[in-house]
Amino acid sequence: MKNQKNIYIKLFASTFYISAFTFGGGFVIIPLMKKKFVDDLHWIEENEMLNLVAIAQSSPGAVAVNAAILLGYRIKGILGALVTILGTVLPPFITLTVISFFYEAFRDNIVVNAVLKGMQAGIAAVIADVDLNLGANVVKEKDIVAVIIMVGAFIATFFLKINVMYIIIVCGFIGAAKILIQMKKIQKDGDSR
Amino acid sequence: MAALPLIQNQVVNLNHWMTLIEFTDLITIAEMTPGPIAINAATFVGNRIAGIPGAIIATIGSILPSCIIVSILAWIYFKYRELAVIQGVLSGLRPTIVALIASAGLSILMLAVWGEGGFSLNPALINFTSVIIFAAALFILRKWKVKPIYIMLGSGLIGGVIYLII
Repeated sequence: MKNQKNIYIKLFASTFYISAFTFGGGFVIIPLMKKKFVDDLHWIEENEMLNLVAIAQSSPGAVAVNAAILLGYRIKGILGALVTILGTVLPPFITLTVISFFYEAFRDNIVVNAVLKGMQAGIAAVIADVDLNLGANVVKEKDIVAVIIMVGAFIATFFLKINVMYIIIVCGFIGAAKILIQMKKIQKDGDSR
Repeated sequence: MAALPLIQNQVVNLNHWMTLIEFTDLITIAEMTPGPIAINAATFVGNRIAGIPGAIIATIGSILPSCIIVSILAWIYFKYRELAVIQGVLSGLRPTIVALIASAGLSILMLAVWGEGGFSLNPALINFTSVIIFAAALFILRKWKVKPIYIMLGSGLIGGVIYLII
């Protein structure tokens, strides 16, 4: 019994901790979640984590909240999902409630601005570090279609600024088409024997 | 990010809960605080309108649609993930996510180094502190696999010191 409770506490604490450091947009939480739940705790595999992030990205609403729901549910069921939702939502909730009482002073505070500017570069490094590993793993699989999708999606979103939803739909379609073609080929090879 | 015009429409235009200037302040604050913008905005507006209960209700309201829709998608995923089609779709989406993360990261880096102005070869417009912090942080991360939290705190500390002294 105690072991079970410990997992929920660890799940909440980890999620809360991660959410408290998610500066610079909701997406930043993804690399942090990957480091924590895949690399440190080994509660989920990298590929499955990416699957969940894909679903989170494809759903309406903040990626961070969606990912929290999916991750929590995957790790510890409905209660796990509730725990992670709470862990994700509480840090911003508390921070903003406190700040809303003196937000002008906060917004204009030079120390706050200096620290945040410094953290911006730091966050970029964390994201780069995690994504270099993820990208290397994609390349390691030696699947040319996956690499093309990765490069194409990057160009589409960073340079062409195409809406993420379109990219997701197209890439999902390509993935599905690829598997169906592979299956057809296996079937054909089987028939011709 | 995409939610911002929608939030503005509701909060400023339709319900007159805030003026446009106050809303712009809100966006700035929401960018500075941890958490997704949509939640930050909801909490802030809710607090302004009806104090803590308002903040709670607004926050719940902002995450409820996600909870419902994602739960449905999650159910589909966990039930049908063995299907070849689903596996195919996901195999196409995984590299996409890697690309999206790269794009988000690069955008943040560009903001850190060049600010709102965007890429420029003009050295006067380059924030070298950001460049150094980024390079050092990345090196430390790759070499010693330090926890991200320490990188964040460290870079914040360095930023605080350098920007305030110089």
